[in-house]
Amino acid sequence: MKIVRYLLIGIFFGIVLVKSEAVSWYRIIEMFKFQSFHMYGIIGSAVTLGVIALWLMKKSGMRNTEGTPIHLIPKDKSFIKYLAGGSIFGFGWALGGACPGPMYILVGTGVFSMLIVIAAAVLGTFVYGILKDKLPH
Amino acid sequence: MDFLLKPWPWYVSGPLITLVMVILVYFGKSFGMSSNLRTLCSIGGAGKYSDFFRYDWKAYRWNLIVVLGAIIGGFIAVTFLSDGSPIALNPKTVSDLQELGFQNAGASILPPEIYSWDAVFSLKGIAILVGAGFLVGFGTRYAGGCTSGHAISGLSNLQWPSLIAVIGFFIGGLIMTHFLLPLIFGT
Repeated sequence: MKIVRYLLIGIFFGIVLVKSEAVSWYRIIEMFKFQSFHMYGIIGSAVTLGVIALWLMKKSGMRNTEGTPIHLIPKDKSFIKYLAGGSIFGFGWALGGACPGPMYILVGTGVFSMLIVIAAAVLGTFVYGILKDKLPH
Repeated sequence: MDFLLKPWPWYVSGPLITLVMVILVYFGKSFGMSSNLRTLCSIGGAGKYSDFFRYDWKAYRWNLIVVLGAIIGGFIAVTFLSDGSPIALNPKTVSDLQELGFQNAGASILPPEIYSWDAVFSLKGIAILVGAGFLVGFGTRYAGGCTSGHAISGLSNLQWPSLIAVIGFFIGGLIMTHFLLPLIFGT
């Protein structure tokens, strides 16, 4: 494992998300109120460029550093789990303003009460793992 | 260097997020932050309770290193790369939030009304943080990804499941923002 490589990617990611203000609860609420283009611009430009970049990487036959062709593991075919799980996620996202990347980044910005959110998120993931077979997927 | 210290516009930030995803894909990994929550469960011994946590989490250590970096990145951004500019929110958002009891929206990254220790050490305050975290952790695993895995990576890969998940993010987020937040914070 190349520790420095991933550490640098993480540092870059953390800086970008803070400077973009995407880690701000205020920006998330503004987005859900459709009162600013800011968040849509970030996600929209990231996805548009992402589509082009992944297409080019696959099309050109590029190989990753492991030597295998560029390929993203497809998600399982299902409907209900994405809609139900996604909606539950959305409730939490708008309430606390922190998705699973920003919650760590925000600890770095000095918001230590975020550790409570992280602990609760680990608990939520744990409970999902316990209930998994009883939930519709 | 002034532009580095000011908030970055969306057309700079968005492409830089794409860059993060592309670099991870180039290294044979994938951009998905929520997997770390599952990894943390596995490290904590959750495999004793569910097969879901019985896997080789060591193969995902790289992602925990990304998390460590992200924490450092957050620190660097606020300490060395910030001029303390407030967030330039729509004035309508600021006044809407004021009606819900949030003063000076945009003056800090997060609302002290939710995240200050004063707020946290009340029954309602702790319930909000625990509730928000739990919903995010539960929902993201149920949906098989979060904003990075579905909204950025999944949509970039033109995956239908990710589009459904993102629609779900918005269903939940819109209901919370428009109907539940006024009930939770309104007076």
